[in-house]
Amino acid sequence: MSKRVALTGNEAGAEALKDVNPDVATVFPITPQTELMHRFSSFVHDGVVDTELVHVESEHSAQSACFGSAAAGARTVTATSSQGLMLMAEVCAITASTRLPVVMPVVNRAISAPINIHCDHSDSMFCRDAGWIQIYSEDSQEAYDNIIQAFRIGEHKDVLLPVMVCMDGFITSHTMEALEVIGPEAARAFVGEYDPAFSLLDPETRISIGLLHMADTYFECKRQQIAAMDAARQVILDVGRDYGEISGRSYGHIEEYKLDDAEVAILALGSTCGTAKDAADRARERGIKAGVIKLRTFRPFPGDLLAETIKRVGAVGVMDRSISFGLQGGPVFAETRSFVNDPTVPLISYVYGIGGRDINATEIESIFDELSDARKSGSVGEVFRFIGLRE
Amino acid sequence: MPIAGIVVEPGNSVEYETGSWRTFKPVHSPERCVSCLRCWALCPDCAVRVEDGKVVGYDYDHCKGCGICARECPPKCHAIEMVLDRDDED
Repeated sequence: MSKRVALTGNEAGAEALKDVNPDVATVFPITPQTELMHRFSSFVHDGVVDTELVHVESEHSAQSACFGSAAAGARTVTATSSQGLMLMAEVCAITASTRLPVVMPVVNRAISAPINIHCDHSDSMFCRDAGWIQIYSEDSQEAYDNIIQAFRIGEHKDVLLPVMVCMDGFITSHTMEALEVIGPEAARAFVGEYDPAFSLLDPETRISIGLLHMADTYFECKRQQIAAMDAARQVILDVGRDYGEISGRSYGHIEEYKLDDAEVAILALGSTCGTAKDAADRARERGIKAGVIKLRTFRPFPGDLLAETIKRVGAVGVMDRSISFGLQGGPVFAETRSFVNDPTVPLISYVYGIGGRDINATEIESIFDELSDARKSGSVGEVFRFIGLRE
Repeated sequence: MPIAGIVVEPGNSVEYETGSWRTFKPVHSPERCVSCLRCWALCPDCAVRVEDGKVVGYDYDHCKGCGICARECPPKCHAIEMVLDRDDED
């Protein structure tokens, strides 16, 4: 039964895992994720869930234990941030290419050096080609909802891919918000009994996994992963709609905010979308028809949908909370522009919020002003811009 | 192909002919061999052929030419010699 509670993002993540009751959780602490699995471990201790909790000695081991557990046919979770994700990156690619639908909350944090514990998206973007589905959450409510949906998405027979559910470190993970939880009964009914596609412990099907594939077959394994990501597009929509039926909150690849008559918009991931919605409201009070495109699924990347939406709006600022060094701007801009591919549509790259640098509504309002100017003049000027950087 | 390239038929590695990896191949001298079967026990590819308790040669489809058999053959026998395995001699 749904109830309204006050939880931080980390607590909401633990609550979602508790409501699903996975078979196995592998845990290793790292700021700012630590609190999520800490809280989940208390549910294990209290017998609220019957999850087997495995304490490991590193994130590399955490993901390796996930691999073994998932290959054995268990519904498996872990969670991490930043350097932890970097350390497990090797195994992340193996989990994905072995098609093991592990679910992993990622509490986004900058990567070293300099060492920094605050939010940007460099960690998950570092793993953007590891073969995982990536879902970004605006707030605690979405972190909770996305984690529950992640099981249905990843475990779908046409998909069988692991899923990262990202939330912004500290901004979301450590901020208490009111949210609605659907509770264990509804969550467990929603995800259903886990029926693994294959299991090393099934005596009826004697299989070998993790084998050598040379030039004559490796390519075809990769082709299967491409097809699985493509299949995930529809599954994400179906699961988002089904979740809406039980919770009242439906999800798709993107969320539109005031786009119907918008002439300028920003495209962003995560918590910044909340700030941007406020900024759009303020800009509208000044007569600027502003809107927000929230990108929820970065992998699979909804490029065609974004391009269609951006062309409808006419001028869009793409906000990246990570940097692709040597490629100007960040990955969200680069990938979005590759689909828009229309020189008449002003598209401007804004890199912001690196290492937890604050972004506020006034700064986003000024982006709307810049986009309005670009739209009126038909000239973009400098395509690659920074917000809040001291030069 | 099965999902993720998993192998669903047990014991099918025999279908994968690793003999093509070989640079040197073992050549057996039956007159020197006492059939102690050390080479048979230690071959990592089960490529030493034995009939009626006696070494009779090698499965060249799977022998990778690692040379463990020649190394482990007792020195006083020296029944296995590793020789360059040239394609043009096949």
